[in-house]
Amino acid sequence: MQIIILGDNEVAKGLTETLCNEDHSVTIVGKDREALHALEEAFDVRTIVGHPSYPNILRQAGAEDADMLVAVTDNDEVNMIACEVSHALYQTPMKIARIRAAEYLEKKLLFGSDVISIDVCISPEKTVTDHISRLIEYPGALQVYDFAEGKVRMVLLKPYYGGVLIGKKLSEIAGFIGGITLRVMTIFRDDVSLKLDGETIIETGDELLFLCARKNIRKVMQAFGHLDSVNKRIMIAGGGGIGFRLAQSLEAKYQVKLVEQDTHRADHVANELSNTTVLHGDVSDKKLLVNENIEHMDVFCAVTNDDEANIMSCMQAKRLGVRHVMALVKRLAYVDLIEGSEIDIAISPQQITVGSILAHIRKGDITHVYTLPGHLAEVIEVVAHGDAASSKVVGTAINKIKLPHGIEIGAVVRGESDLIFERDTIIEAEDRVLIFAEDSKRVTSVEELFQVSATFV
Amino acid sequence: MRFKAIIRIIGFILMLFSVSVVVPIMMSLIYHDGATGPFVITGVFELALGFLGWFPLRNYRQQLKTRDGFLVVTLVWVVLSTFAALPFYLTPEVGMNVTDAFFEAVSGLTTTGATIISGIQYLPHAILFYRQELQFLGGMGIVVLAVAVLPLLGIGGMQLYRAETPGPMKDSKLTPRITETAKALWFIYIILTATCAFSYWVAGMTVFDAIGESFSTIATGGFAMHDSSFAFYHSNAIDIICMLFMFLSGISFALHYTVFQRRRFLDYWYDVEFRYFVWIIITVAVITLSTLMINHVYPSFEDDVMHGLFTVISLATTTGFTNSKFSAWPTFLPVLLMWVGMVGACGGSTAGGIKVMRCVLLCKQSMREMKRLIHPNAVYLIKFGKQALPIETIEAMWGFIGIFIATFAVLTLVLMALGMNLLTAFSAVVDTLANVGVGIDGVSDSFEHIGAASKWVLTLSMIAGRLEIFTLLLLFTPAFWQK
Repeated sequence: MQIIILGDNEVAKGLTETLCNEDHSVTIVGKDREALHALEEAFDVRTIVGHPSYPNILRQAGAEDADMLVAVTDNDEVNMIACEVSHALYQTPMKIARIRAAEYLEKKLLFGSDVISIDVCISPEKTVTDHISRLIEYPGALQVYDFAEGKVRMVLLKPYYGGVLIGKKLSEIAGFIGGITLRVMTIFRDDVSLKLDGETIIETGDELLFLCARKNIRKVMQAFGHLDSVNKRIMIAGGGGIGFRLAQSLEAKYQVKLVEQDTHRADHVANELSNTTVLHGDVSDKKLLVNENIEHMDVFCAVTNDDEANIMSCMQAKRLGVRHVMALVKRLAYVDLIEGSEIDIAISPQQITVGSILAHIRKGDITHVYTLPGHLAEVIEVVAHGDAASSKVVGTAINKIKLPHGIEIGAVVRGESDLIFERDTIIEAEDRVLIFAEDSKRVTSVEELFQVSATFV
Repeated sequence: MRFKAIIRIIGFILMLFSVSVVVPIMMSLIYHDGATGPFVITGVFELALGFLGWFPLRNYRQQLKTRDGFLVVTLVWVVLSTFAALPFYLTPEVGMNVTDAFFEAVSGLTTTGATIISGIQYLPHAILFYRQELQFLGGMGIVVLAVAVLPLLGIGGMQLYRAETPGPMKDSKLTPRITETAKALWFIYIILTATCAFSYWVAGMTVFDAIGESFSTIATGGFAMHDSSFAFYHSNAIDIICMLFMFLSGISFALHYTVFQRRRFLDYWYDVEFRYFVWIIITVAVITLSTLMINHVYPSFEDDVMHGLFTVISLATTTGFTNSKFSAWPTFLPVLLMWVGMVGACGGSTAGGIKVMRCVLLCKQSMREMKRLIHPNAVYLIKFGKQALPIETIEAMWGFIGIFIATFAVLTLVLMALGMNLLTAFSAVVDTLANVGVGIDGVSDSFEHIGAASKWVLTLSMIAGRLEIFTLLLLFTPAFWQK
């Protein structure tokens, strides 16, 4: 596919990397000559230096033949205008824009082919907030992914010593957790995805990705040694877009404290929130934190705009006795660096945003794409369409589908919330199939598999 | 340095290159010229050694770093030239020693067109065709071809492409993906070659000649298929066709592609480098024609035009075809034409030389310095068309011209030390460094009678010229080899 990416920030870079690996033709437009040059050195892409929403720049970037425009510059207005321009002048079929300001996003009427013609609005703040709230729901989980409107979830965790499943074979799991159905999608041992069979033994130190119904997750996590009680007290460092949204979504269920440095912003946030204690001060101010009983906090979540401040304040919070600390880290290089340090979870808004954009770029009816941080692996939800004649999957039993190497079908969600694990299930139309791909390069074969052949109308 | 990756790529390209003996073998079977053996041996050698390099490392996938690209490209040119020399060396009818065979092969691949052979038309057909074919392969670049057809090069492709493509705008891609760009360039190249061959045939050449001559026309090579080059045909029509296609090959192939895609012929004129290129040709042509007329070199004005214009275009595009003995032209003309060859044609074309764009930039930069002396506080940007150029482009231009002149001076002095006179040495170096291929004074007919040492120096000069010196010269700097 011919794809134009507008922007030279980390999201654009992340997107470029993934799309290049999947053999798309990518052109990147941005203002920063140096950044673009570095991208061109690293990947097989074309770069254009210029203002991303100017018509002649878009034309130079090939907007006339492009299949898709992805506007992810840091400026909402530029993104919107760019989509509008390429729609009006070059009839680009698919336009995705990153819009951060909630003020725009609230007005659904703004977006449509006759108004501001953006097909999909991506809001990193919202996606990141959702992501963090899911992590807070399950203490100990490294990643939590939603499928089928949140009825099914995939959780990545490290099994801890003391869990009943440690040292057990995969085939024995069912016997230990009292009839709960779950499926282990993969185990990363020393950063390599293992080839699983019934004989694989779960060890501490693994990273394990499993799939089960939402209501059972906590029990399963206990079986993996995560005996922590439910999170109650949460401290958020930074009252920006993400911090504010996060407090808003959490304050009903948890005790939330939010630290914000800027007086005006703190006032504003305090005004908008009802149950949150808003503190005015520096996130790395030890006295303030100790005064506010930091040692009793279950989660410390640093979401300021500054990577370094987030990392440092998280390290300090961990030392001061917080159970779980999470840092928002924009730079991809830092994300890898933090992995396995004192900081429990590094949240990369880029990776999360890229995932939500990928869901729209992929062919076929792919509804969710999540990239596992630090790995090339992806988990995907795809809807099967067609019938036995036109589709390669519909009407075939799961274990009869010829899957390419490195692709696993985890489960099928039928109807509202029937989660089906049985390998002899015959896939029906409109089933949602949950797939694990060891390497994002292999995702193209999933796309092909689920594409309905041309004879199907 | 990722030697395994480098050996793997070179092995593969060598295997690919072995295909080049297929047509000559067929030729020699058709014409029974007895050159089948040497070509079969060459092909088997290339295939076997390429396979030995590639097969053990076929699963070794590592991305090339920028500096690996320079090594790969230089090695490809040296290795392929060596193998390409085998048929010349092995065929008894040609009877060349190692030096001559290597010189001829390099001259072919680098599209220089300087030849050692006299009595070209008496060569076996296979050898004759093979010389032209080498020019065809070298014209657009073997590595660019490899990037186009070998998916295995992957991301490293850009590094290789940049190290081989001539001209100051090495980073500009026609399409987002490098393989598509390389395919587009080869597509245009083949279309031009086919049209050229067809036109020659219509104008009266034999099929064999038409194909052969078109190969070296579009590659701006200059290997002719007869001793007397284009004078052999005595045909104004053929000369005119040749002029047209040499001119087209001197234009950036990226520009051809854009025009082809958008189908707007005015785009040629909007390209600034193209306009300067045209002006250079017109200016030099006017000077040449008036000098020829004043000195009554040819009996009629028609002859002046046919010979004068042909030679100007042939030299300006660094092709090196001749339809007259221009080295005997009066006064300053031969040397002027050598300088025109040194300037060369547009960047991104198949021509050699410094390139029009760089020369224009050089002039603009000098003008700017003069203006600065008059208005010390004024701000002047170097513009090409309406666009101000980034300072890196200007710096790169200075760097290139500096190194070009230095190389030029050193090589001329070395040749003089080996016993050539100034004019011959000057001409020989322009011929090889700018890939022109036709000289004046001592090298006006062929390079047959110069010493073996001089031939090796000139061989080096040809490869340096084709790879725009830096790619080759880099390998001799300690920094390149430091970890």
